[in-house]
Amino acid sequence: MYPAAFEYHAPGSVKEALDLLGKHKDDAKLLAGGHSLIPMMKLRLAQPKHLIDLRKISGLTGIKQDGNVLAIGAMTTHWDVESSQLVKSKLAVLSEVAALIGDPAVRNKGTIGGSVAHADPAADYPAAIIALGAEMVCEGAKGRRTVKVDDWFKGLMATAVGEDEILVEVRVPVLAAKTGAAYMKFPHPASRFAVVGVAAAVTLDGNGACSKASIGITGAGTKAVRAKGVEAGCTGKRLDAAAIEAAAQKAAEGVDVQADLQGSVEYKSHLCRVFAKRALTEAVKRAGG
Amino acid sequence: MKLPVKMTINGQSYSHEVEPRLLLVHYIRETVGLTGTHVGCDTSQCGACTIIMDGQAVKACNFFAVQADGANIMTIEGLAKDGELHPIQQGFWEKHGLQCGFCTPGMIMSVYQMLERYPKPSEELIRHQLEGNLCRCTGYHNIVKAIEWAAEHMPAKK
Amino acid sequence: MATVAADRLFGKSIKRREDPRFITGRGQYVDDLKLPGMTYAAFVRSPHAHARIRKIDTAAAMRHPGVVAVFTGKDMTGVNSLPCGWDLRKAKNIPGVVQDLAIVPHMPLSSDAARHVGDPVAVVIADSHEAAVDGAEKVQVDWEPLPSVTITEKAVESGAPKLHEGAPGNVAFKWEIGDRAATDAAFKTPGAVTVKKRIVNQRLVANAMEPRACVARFDEATGELTLWVTSQNPHVHRLLMCAFVLGIPEHKVRVIAPDVGGGFGSKVFLYNEEVVCSWATRRLKRPVRWTASRTEAYQTDAHGRDHVTDAEIALSPEGKMLGLRVKTTANLGAYLSTFAPAIPTFLYGTLLNGVYTFGAIHCEVTGVFSNTTAVDAYRGAGRPEACYLLERIVDAGARAIKMDVAELRKKNFIPKFSGAYQTLVAVSYDSGDYGLAFDRCLQMLDYKKFRTEQEAARKQGRLLGIGFSTYIEACSIAPSKLVGALGAGAGLYESGKVRVHPTGMVTVYTGSHSHGQGHETTFAQLVADKLGIPIEQVEIVHGDTGQIPFGMGTYGSRSGSVGGTAILMSLNKVIEKGKKIAAHLLEASPNDIDFSGGQFQVKGAPGKAVPFGAVSLTAYVPHNFPEGVEPGLEETSFYDPSNFCFPFGAHACIVEVDRETGNVRILRYLAVDDVGNVINPMIVDGMVHGGIAQGVGQALCEGAVYDGQSGQLVTGTMMDYALPKADMLPMYETDRTVTPTPVNPMGLKGAGETGTIAATPAVVNAVVDALAPLGVDHIEEMPMSAQRVWKIIQGAKSAR
Repeated sequence: MYPAAFEYHAPGSVKEALDLLGKHKDDAKLLAGGHSLIPMMKLRLAQPKHLIDLRKISGLTGIKQDGNVLAIGAMTTHWDVESSQLVKSKLAVLSEVAALIGDPAVRNKGTIGGSVAHADPAADYPAAIIALGAEMVCEGAKGRRTVKVDDWFKGLMATAVGEDEILVEVRVPVLAAKTGAAYMKFPHPASRFAVVGVAAAVTLDGNGACSKASIGITGAGTKAVRAKGVEAGCTGKRLDAAAIEAAAQKAAEGVDVQADLQGSVEYKSHLCRVFAKRALTEAVKRAGG
Repeated sequence: MKLPVKMTINGQSYSHEVEPRLLLVHYIRETVGLTGTHVGCDTSQCGACTIIMDGQAVKACNFFAVQADGANIMTIEGLAKDGELHPIQQGFWEKHGLQCGFCTPGMIMSVYQMLERYPKPSEELIRHQLEGNLCRCTGYHNIVKAIEWAAEHMPAKK
Repeated sequence: MATVAADRLFGKSIKRREDPRFITGRGQYVDDLKLPGMTYAAFVRSPHAHARIRKIDTAAAMRHPGVVAVFTGKDMTGVNSLPCGWDLRKAKNIPGVVQDLAIVPHMPLSSDAARHVGDPVAVVIADSHEAAVDGAEKVQVDWEPLPSVTITEKAVESGAPKLHEGAPGNVAFKWEIGDRAATDAAFKTPGAVTVKKRIVNQRLVANAMEPRACVARFDEATGELTLWVTSQNPHVHRLLMCAFVLGIPEHKVRVIAPDVGGGFGSKVFLYNEEVVCSWATRRLKRPVRWTASRTEAYQTDAHGRDHVTDAEIALSPEGKMLGLRVKTTANLGAYLSTFAPAIPTFLYGTLLNGVYTFGAIHCEVTGVFSNTTAVDAYRGAGRPEACYLLERIVDAGARAIKMDVAELRKKNFIPKFSGAYQTLVAVSYDSGDYGLAFDRCLQMLDYKKFRTEQEAARKQGRLLGIGFSTYIEACSIAPSKLVGALGAGAGLYESGKVRVHPTGMVTVYTGSHSHGQGHETTFAQLVADKLGIPIEQVEIVHGDTGQIPFGMGTYGSRSGSVGGTAILMSLNKVIEKGKKIAAHLLEASPNDIDFSGGQFQVKGAPGKAVPFGAVSLTAYVPHNFPEGVEPGLEETSFYDPSNFCFPFGAHACIVEVDRETGNVRILRYLAVDDVGNVINPMIVDGMVHGGIAQGVGQALCEGAVYDGQSGQLVTGTMMDYALPKADMLPMYETDRTVTPTPVNPMGLKGAGETGTIAATPAVVNAVVDALAPLGVDHIEEMPMSAQRVWKIIQGAKSAR
């Protein structure tokens, strides 16, 4: 309940924050919403010597439409995303995902950047940003660079953000025409993290067949992954119940399923398939199919 | 190394030098001396520490006091005005929405935000919005009733 | 007592008088206390399930800035073991009961070995919380890890790691009740249908929302120790600590349990931490405070349940209950907690008759030690375990003879009675009308209609099910002589002092303690009614040994029935004395004085009356006063009940199971309870609601799990141990029948634990019913997590 001692910094700019990161390196952690980091510090599972709080840096919050992309500042809270009229009208699924994270108080402080950079294997956003084909904007001393979501999640709580970089923006394309997206989750009864969470975005062509399927799976493995097997099983097909069922069978492929109290490898793999089916079914419905 | 923090709690200004690692809930309870906000767990599940900070419900156990520098905070002690209970407090009393009282302050502060955002919540919405608040005594039945009572007795929004 | 007069408070749902402080954040819980010069304690605990202590090096911790002292078990000379307050060996002359108990040492700070994860071995006391915790990290313990055993059935296997020298094979006790020969014969009845099932009642963590805490302050000038502690029974804490552990004079110790945030049994027991803090404050001459983190609470608050049972029922083909045979292994944890041996024995086996007439019953229990947290009473304490197995095996029996589960129950209910029903397992029930409660439940639920709906749902492939629980339980504990004969180290009476002030205000001191039960309201209703005074003139004081005569506290649903009766006795004495004073004032004989509506009046002469306030003033200003009567108006009573009381009822749960995930959703939950008379219906309803939630929690999501290899408590935080949240529970549909108990004058049976006792089997039976079309006829283990249910569904599919 009493974290180890640390020094606290609240820089006023990204540059200041980067300088602090560069100075303290491994001894420093960035603090965004704090709802992943501070619990670990209270249990002394994390003991950073320096905490760099990003809350005073302007320009890191807010949701703007930039062409056909929603540009979301990394420090934008889950509640901001959940309640945003812009998100609800252009990318409703993202609002739905945000609404399922944690609980109302957690959503007031937790941030999309924190969630995506921390990459808890059971977090919700990672599945959604994979399915939606997001890009992450990182800023370092040398300037900004963009990382595609397929290059983002590297391993257990490891992402492409460099040690000397800060994630500053998440850019999520709005849904193309005739595209429906949905996120379905099986929550952990205690923590309400995703035991399994599947996000599916499906685009239909003129004949009602699936021209593109994009599926992200979180919860069961060590990191969120793209369900390539499911996607292949969808593309080019009319997605009736049987087709969805068949495609969903591949949902656990590529997921390094971790057994725990909530589920054996067998059960969690099964849940991947069930929720892939449910997410696809809803996505197809929303696409107008 | 201690840092200065200044914040407004229930309309009163407080200034202290604190260690960065001091959690906001301990600042409120031990340094400021407002013990109505409670600590029930160490993993942010229970919600007994919920306060309103800059208009939003926040779990004070999951926040450092230094992060709250400049914030405007309302705790349970600040809800009743001039001795008059807030409708949420009254609702919990009318409908027996508490037994041991330990989860109650955090529960009431969560409901404060709930009714601001959803003035006429359905039972389903109420139960969903209570995900972050645990009660071991009431089985939630009367808490739902208390919130429904409060929703009906809230002053009309201007 | 069936109807309530308009101006009476008994039976009225008035708002609680204690609420104003709680809803404004002005409760006074132990952790809210601030004393000058206060120090903070942090305990050094074993990270191992089982390990010998080679050496403890406290030097670095001592040097940490802010640390005032570091103590280990070796420093605490002259301090004894935490006592076990129930010695089964003393259960003399009980027919059919074999008594045996290994009393093993349980030192406040262990010096030889740690026997469970979290077992405390040292304490660091500092000027601040942070310094204490930082200092505790610097204590270096040289551990020699030993093999551990945490799984209940494995603890008694040959070759299992041994925890205590005095407990060979890790056996704490062996106990039995009932008639073994008659039961064996019953099972051999020609034509009998017998069903045997393995039934597990999993370990639970009480999880009161307020973690345990204490503040101990020694006043060197007066030699007095004051201990504020989260206790359900401050006098018991004081007695155990003074007489058994620390050897300090009882009259120089004051134990105060202020506002306490829930207990559910877990705050009954004397724990290591308050003993260490009480010892340390006498050494340091400064107050010492300790508050558990939730993680510590998971590791050290007494756990509940943890039984593994083979249960067998024998039925005639027509559905008569011929016999019940029960073999239980009960995990007691690493040590004997304060009341531990009583829970799986006298509070368990004695309830196995249930609400049914049986031909014969036999139950044997083996209590075992394991490298886990000590197990003791948790809401229901033995009775949930009994009810669970009975209601599950009855359902299994019904299925075996292809009889409707409701019909089998009805066929075997003990017929309505009042006065005594002697069971086959020692206890005699007080009063009951089991059929009435069940009929009411079936009516509320429209049972026939549900079965029709279920048929239709099943045709659509939906898995809908209903489960019943017709329960009985024993509470209002208990007759002192009886429990003494069974091994209790204490009486189970209750104290109640009524002090009338000169101005007619009344302060009542009760040995009961409220940590959510609302005694400040319900007891005041009782007093105001009886004395005919406004409730505003009544104050209820609880939780302070400095003010209250010795009482046994609140658990076992005893406060209304035992605590309330003690108060009633004192009220009657006050009225009797008041009549003598009034008679003198009215120049009449005391026999001619009636007391009603707050007035003492001469029978048949309504004009000749004096109000209560005039009599109270006279008592303290005795100028015009009867000869031979002492001044003053206050009375103390100790009520020792003549029997337990036996609330009963019928709960029903309707569930739907998601076939794909195994997730169980409760659609409806109904409860009909008979708790005898009721002082405040709203408060009793609240008790039932909360109890149901806990029972549902056990059925669906809770469970304390130890890793069988490492001995680690896997469910060690609220992130891992799933407590029921608002969105998984329905609104409860509740009703009551009223069968007053003849045991106490107010006819109160007790209500606090009924919901927890009844709910768990109702939910599990419902899930079994839901899965019946798939060929499932039993579920051995809980919680019925989605995974568990899914596996059962898969297993049933492949078995076909």
